[in-house]
Formats: sequence, structure tokens, C-alpha cells
Amino acid sequence: MTHTFPASPPAGGPLLSVRGVDVGYRTGRRTQLTAVHDATFDLYPGQSMALVGESGCGKTTLGLGLLRLLPRTGTVSAGNILFRRKSGDVVDLRNLAEQDLRRFRWNEAAMVFQGAMNAFNPVLRVEEHFLDTFRAHEHRARRRRELLEHSAELLSMVRLEPARVLPSYPHELSGGMRQRALIALALALRPQLLILDEPTTALDVLTQRSVVEQLTELRERLRFAMVFITHDLGLAAELADRVGTMYAGRLVETGTTRDVFHRPRHPYTSALIGSVPPVTGDLTVPEPLTGGPPGIGALPPGCSFAPRCPRGIDECTTTRPELRILRARDEGLSHAAACLRADGAELSTEEATRD
Amino acid sequence: MIDPAAPTETGGRPADPVPGAAGGGSGTVPPVLSLRGTSRVFSTPRGEVPAVSGVELDVRPGQVLCLVGESGCGKTTTARMAAGLAGPTGGKVLYRGADLRGLDKRARSGFRRSVQYIHQDPYASLNPVRTVQSTLTAGLHRHGSVKGGAQARRAAAALLERVDLVPAEDHLDKYPHQLSGGQRQRVAVARALAMEPEVVIADESTSMLDVSVRISLLNTLGALREDLGVGFLFITHDLAVAKYFAWDGEIAVMYLGRIVEQGPAPAIVNDPRHPYTRALVSAVCEPDPDLARTKERVRLRGADIPDPTDLPSGCDFHPRCPLYEQGRCDTERPPLVESGGRRSLACHVVNGAG
Amino acid sequence: MAVTTAAPAAGVWGTIWQGVTRSASGVIGLCLVLSVLVFAFVGPYLIDPHNPTDTTAIWGPISSEHWLGTNHEGKDTFVQLVLGGREPIWVGTAAAFITVAIAVVLGGIAGYVRGRVDHVLLQITDITMTVPFIVLMLVVASFYRTSSPLMVSFIIGLVTWPFLMRSIRAQVLTLKEREFVEAARLQDLGTVRILFVEVLPNMAGYIFVNFIIAITNAVYAVVGMYLLGLLPSTADNWGLMIQQAWDNNAFLLPSAAPFLIAPMVMIMLFQVGLVTMTRSLEQALDPRLRDR
Repeated sequence: MTHTFPASPPAGGPLLSVRGVDVGYRTGRRTQLTAVHDATFDLYPGQSMALVGESGCGKTTLGLGLLRLLPRTGTVSAGNILFRRKSGDVVDLRNLAEQDLRRFRWNEAAMVFQGAMNAFNPVLRVEEHFLDTFRAHEHRARRRRELLEHSAELLSMVRLEPARVLPSYPHELSGGMRQRALIALALALRPQLLILDEPTTALDVLTQRSVVEQLTELRERLRFAMVFITHDLGLAAELADRVGTMYAGRLVETGTTRDVFHRPRHPYTSALIGSVPPVTGDLTVPEPLTGGPPGIGALPPGCSFAPRCPRGIDECTTTRPELRILRARDEGLSHAAACLRADGAELSTEEATRD
Repeated sequence: MIDPAAPTETGGRPADPVPGAAGGGSGTVPPVLSLRGTSRVFSTPRGEVPAVSGVELDVRPGQVLCLVGESGCGKTTTARMAAGLAGPTGGKVLYRGADLRGLDKRARSGFRRSVQYIHQDPYASLNPVRTVQSTLTAGLHRHGSVKGGAQARRAAAALLERVDLVPAEDHLDKYPHQLSGGQRQRVAVARALAMEPEVVIADESTSMLDVSVRISLLNTLGALREDLGVGFLFITHDLAVAKYFAWDGEIAVMYLGRIVEQGPAPAIVNDPRHPYTRALVSAVCEPDPDLARTKERVRLRGADIPDPTDLPSGCDFHPRCPLYEQGRCDTERPPLVESGGRRSLACHVVNGAG
Repeated sequence: MAVTTAAPAAGVWGTIWQGVTRSASGVIGLCLVLSVLVFAFVGPYLIDPHNPTDTTAIWGPISSEHWLGTNHEGKDTFVQLVLGGREPIWVGTAAAFITVAIAVVLGGIAGYVRGRVDHVLLQITDITMTVPFIVLMLVVASFYRTSSPLMVSFIIGLVTWPFLMRSIRAQVLTLKEREFVEAARLQDLGTVRILFVEVLPNMAGYIFVNFIIAITNAVYAVVGMYLLGLLPSTADNWGLMIQQAWDNNAFLLPSAAPFLIAPMVMIMLFQVGLVTMTRSLEQALDPRLRDR
């Protein structure tokens, strides 16, 4: 597999360097379905990247795979996940032993799962969750009081009242409060990377807004990098520096948020953006996407999006396009798309004559 | 800063081709379903929770009324009362002007069929052991609309085509678990259509679907309204969806069981007046990175909804309201009053200033 | 989850079939059950049912003529074994059918209708639960010496339904709150149809598992009653064989061992088959176990 990306990260370069990662699920004794194919991207320190796409496109699988948090049937079956630790040395998370991996999570990278309720143990008070996290990942020398003080500090960062939240049980908090507490918990050990799976999906608009604002603030203060998985393009536009569109298990477009939203080069990204009605301004009629993504066990030959693509050509059904850079930028922010017809000139003239 | 005339200009709809469904002034078409001072109080171990208080709504055939609010604001309870699935503890629900409680068996059966309800979760609302055809035709058989298997199958296929689930033949014999979320929700809509309803109550029916699927389902529902004159009571927390679906209808914004602002959709979305509506509109994440950074946000004084068993005095919204004025807002509840342009609003500050 | 695999079309029976055949133990169980059924129901047509008393060959050894030897009356044990399976299996199945039918109908009605009906039905259930089964059988057996197999299954069915009824009621109570049931009510489909066509089929697997458990219980009950001599000795019957072996002190005679052991082995194979089959099915029906 050849990539147009540099093979190994330059020194002092990216925080996370994902190279040709495949993630698969075991379906039988010898059969396996590959849910994510050949994921390749670099994430630099402090960057925030949104993985967008419809459900069933492999976003969550990739997110879980990065920290090797997959369910028992899932494995990262190919590629490298290079991560630059706080100490400066680069490790491949694929080679990390389970024990080291446990130390790695929370300290270096933390995950906020979808569904804030399930992530908390319902019979433990919030403070127990914080104490457990500290105790599991730090030297045990610190006192309970000191740890609680630190927890209170973390909760105030997400604008929760520590005195009220710490002694509560998870079910006593509202959805938005739980989600914020979970973010505070994930940041407890100052990780360099935070992965969030659908952080606002189940929340109301106003709560969503407060989570978005707090994430923005926290990122300015703590300067962690972020990968968040969402199907809400509004959230991506708001919170991300860069966007990666996934379709049928592959990254089909990556680039800065402005590049991707203003000049989407993959028809799937355009379709996704076009299907969201904006609130501001007059009524616009979005173009609905018809059909759904193919099942991961039944990918069509050629481009996976070809059956739904409005601008497909014959070649699309036979040749699978590689992700290639259309506009080079530094720090992994190059605009790349996996579309045979992604080249600017070709696309714009075609579009002009058609419209 | 706000020109109230502008949005109503953009919102002026073209002359409605269906004379019966002329959307112009309320009152031209008699409402199928009306809520009059409808309230519901839940008794919980922690005290009485007024889920809905004194709601007044009219749903007319061929028109859309969109109920918007956060979860826990009483919109689902309102919808369930309107559908007759729950009884009000105060006020009444009228079907063609008659109180639901007073309906005899036959009239009740008529109501049951002409007011249909579509659940939020298409994974729970379809029976997992029944095929699509069986789900769709159960009601038809029961009410004698079809005779025989072949006729039922044709009717089911027609219903699927009506909700754009084509080719219908491919889907009739499937079980719910073989369909995607969007397809399931279409089957649920088709099942409601089988009863030839005058009004469909859709409770967050698109919120569990992917963004891309959502719009095409909304288009399908819109076509039912235009072609069949079905009226909609549409419940959503998403103003973008409300705007898209109810553009030539009305939006009512609910907060803690009360309607705080109501009016034509373009006016509500483009010129929100109640501070709560304004907060809702400004909180929506726009799919445009430049707009997202420049958009003016309403900053609330508190992020969380107050405890429903211990509601604040005066205006329910005052602890979070950016326009809060001490002395009036925390003592007296603002009534919902008409404020011109077929709008009504419950806010001391805005009404006082206007 | 991102994994979407198209599940095959499965109705109620499809689910049960998949549940049974999904694991090796399920298939083995099913094979065991089928072989015993073939042995007991097809076997009688393949052998000569004429099995005369032969006083010259009492407790005869295993030979090419008598595959399992002969009994205290000199009758061929193997022929008896082939002929003796029908009744206990048939009686057990009929009893299980009656139990499940009563439990499903009453449990479904009690759970779905609630209120007064529920109250009365629960009272009846509690009273039935207190009836001592063995004593009832003793009474019935002493009054009706000639009770037919059908009568036996009827009595077993009439006294064993309450436990199942309670758990079916509990399940209907939860299923009833599901949205698809509400959707059916919105279609004005009528209580009877909603209960029997919408609600109960969702429990089909559970009911089937309980049906099989009821068969195993009823088979043991029938055999036990024969063993206690509560039922008249009529036709050939595995239970009766054990009882006769018992009466004639077969357990003291090495040459009588086949006569005692053979029916016990047949009953055991049948029961073990049923139990392994349902274990696999139960796992398939329980979503917490299924995703393994």
C-alpha cells in the first residue's frame, strides 16, 4: 500500500501518527470483517479533528481502535499507531502490552464514550470515580483529601459545583452534567489526547452548547489534542480545526474545517454538508442523500460510494480511488480526498457545464 | 436591531393550492384537534411535577404545528395527551370540538384512527416478529378496509410507495431487524397512514436518524401533508428541523410545561423574541465554520433546567434569563399574550418594551 | 455498533431453529431427541409386536434372538423397549401442552388486562400451587382405576401450570409497555389480537423452552407414578418396565440388569437431549449471552 504521506513522523512532529490502520471484527472462528480500512492521518499537538460520517461508517470503530479499546471480537489487524509520549519517545500503540496500555490510557490519552450514563458505574458516587481513576494511574502516595481537592478543581473547570456533584450518584445528575463530569474525569491526568465519541448526541441544544463552549475553553487552557466522532456536521464546524470524512470504513476526505466545508472535494462530504438545514437565514432546501452506506461485509468493487454518487463515472465502479493530496499544507492539514474526480479543474468545469 | 417586518416578508407563503388547507388565518379550517388549558401533573415520591400546564393548541388538517423545547419541557406529554394516550389532569383535549372523555365507543374509535402517533424510536415501535406486510395490514384487516391476502398486499405496497420505500415488493416480507433506522421509521409512518389519519402526531420522529436520512424523511412527511392534507403536530428539540418542516406552519416553544412563544415559523426562527427562544436559536451548531465562529450567542445565566418539583417563583425562566429584571420576573408569571403578526409571547421584559 | 451484518429472515420458528442449531451441543441434543423419537414411534412398525409370554425363558440372557434378554415372564426386553416409549413421551408431551396452554392464556390475560381479572387469576394460581400433586394422583388413581393416558396427562397439566403462568404474566407486563404494543393500540386492533398476535409471539422462544422443560417434568412424573404403582399396568411402557423390575427384585439378579437398565437409559437419553437442546436455545434467546 503506497501512501502520499511521509512514512515516518519527523522528529518533534505529530502527536499521533496513524498509518494504514485496519480494524476488524471476528465473526466466526476463522472469518473476520474489516470495519476500517487503511486509516492514515497525522494529528499534531493541540489539534482538534472531527471524524464525520453516517452511522455504520466505522468512525467509532476507528476511535476505539486508536486506543485499543475495542470489544473482545475486534482487533487492529494492520498498520501502525505511533504516539509521542509526554517524555518525547514515540511508541507504537499496536505493540504496547496490555499492562503498559492501561498506564498509557488516561495519562497520555483518554476516551469519553458515547452515552454518559453507561460510562459511570451506577452504584458509585462521582467522587469514587475520580478517586479510582487517580489511584489506578498514579503512585498511591497522595492523600484522599488532596485527591478530592484536585477532583473539585477539575469539576469547576467544566462549571460544575464540586460540592454538589462529587457526593452524587450518576443518576442524580442531568445528562449534560454527566457528560461534563465525564470530560472532567477524562482530563484528570492531563492527557495529551482526548477522544470523544458523539459527545453531544443525546443532549439538548442548550446543554450541547454549554458542552461545546466548555470544550473550547478547556482546549485553550490545557492544549490537549482532540479527536471527536460525530454525525453532526454543525458540531464539527464548530469544534474542529480539521475534519476527516469516513465512508464505508475508509477516510475519504481530510482537510482543515474551512477547506472541507467550503470546498468539499469528495461528493460524500458535499452530500453530508448539503443535507443539514441551517437555522440562520431563509429556508434552504437541502439535498437528501438517498440510500444508506453499504454493509461492511458487502462493499461494492471500485469506489464504495459509487452506487450513491451523483457525479460518478464508469471508472468509479471498477477502480477504488486512493486518498491523495489535492492541496498540500503543513502539520497534517493537507486537503486530501479519495475520489477519481476530485481534481479541482476537472470538477469545477464539469460542475459548471452541468449546472 | 431587529426589523419585525422583514421575516414575515420572507415567510409569506405562496397561495395555497389546496383550498381546504388554506393556511392563511387560523380559524379558516376548523381544527381537528384542540388542546384547551390542558395540564398534566405527575405525582412522584419527591412531590408533584407539573409536566404540562395550561397548554392551548389547535391542529388543523394540512397544516403543521411544531412544538419545540428541551427534553423535560413537557412536549412529549403534550403529544401523548393530544393522541389520547394519556389523560389530562386539567383542561381538556377536543376532537372536532368534542371532549375526548365524553366520546362514545364509536366516536372514540373514529378518533383513534384519525389521529395517529409516530414514536421516536423506530427500533421499539415495530414488532420484531412481524413482517412489514403484516405490520401494515393488521389495521386494514381489522377495520375491513381490505378483503383477502392479495388485496392486502397491494394495499401494503401502495402504502410503502406512499412513504418512498421503493421498490415496495422488496420490503414487504422483511422483518424490522433487516431494515435501517430510516426505513423502519418509514414503515411506522406507513402504518399510521393505513388508518387514513387527519392528523399525525410525530414525537421526535427524526431525531434518532442520521442527518442525511432525516431530510429525506421530512420530505416524505411534507409530501403527505401536501398531497393528502394530513395535519401534523410535530415535536422536536431541533430548531433546524422545525424550521425546515414547519416553514409555512407554526412553531410553539415550550419551557417547563408552558408555551412561552408561538407564531409563524419564519418569524419565530428569524426573529425570536422570547429570551429562551433566542437562546435556542443561537445555540444551534451551524454547518459552516465561519458562521459558527461569528454567530452571536445568547449567554444564559444558568446552564441547567431547574428541578421540576421545585419551580422558581414568577417566570419559570428567570433564573437562566439574560434579560431578567428583579422585582417583576421573579414574582409574577408573565401571561402568554398576543403581540401582533399572529404571534404570542410570554415575557414581561420583551412585551413591556415592545 | 458499526458492525452491520444482514441477519437472515427469521420468524418465530426460524428463531427457534437457529437457536437450537447454533451450537454443537444444541445439535447433539436435537439428534438425541430425534433418535429416541424415531426409536419409540417408528420402531414399533419395524419389529414384530407379537411378544408372547414364555415361561421357559424367564430372565433369559442377551442373545442373538433376544437382544436385551427376556423378562420375568420370558417376554423379549428389546421388543418391550421399542413398544414402551410411545406412552410416556406422548403423555408427557400432552401434559406439557396442557400446562403451557393454560399458563400462556391465563398469564397473558392476567398480565395484559390487569385489574380485577389479574387479581382473581392470581388467587386461582396460588390455590393451585398448594395442591399436593402426589396426593392428588393417589386419590385420582384409587377412584379411577382405569384412567387412560390422556386422563393422566390432563391431571399433570392441570396442576403444574402455576409457576409458568406467573413468569409469563411478568413478561407480558413488561412487553405490554413496549412501544410496538402501544402502536397496535393506536391502530385499534383489539385486545385479543394484540395479546395473542402482537405480544405473545415475542415470547415464543421462551414459551418453547418452557414447553420442553414441562415435557421433561411430565415424563418424570408419569414414570414416577408407574414406579409407585399409581397407574394401572396396561400396555408396554418404560415406566411400567422399571416398576416390574422393581417388583420382581430385578436389581438382585445380574441377568435381569438389561430389563432394568434399558428403559432408564432411554428415558435419560431423551431427557438429556431435551435439556442440552434447550440450553442452547436459551442462550440464543438471552441477548446477554447471544453476543458472545
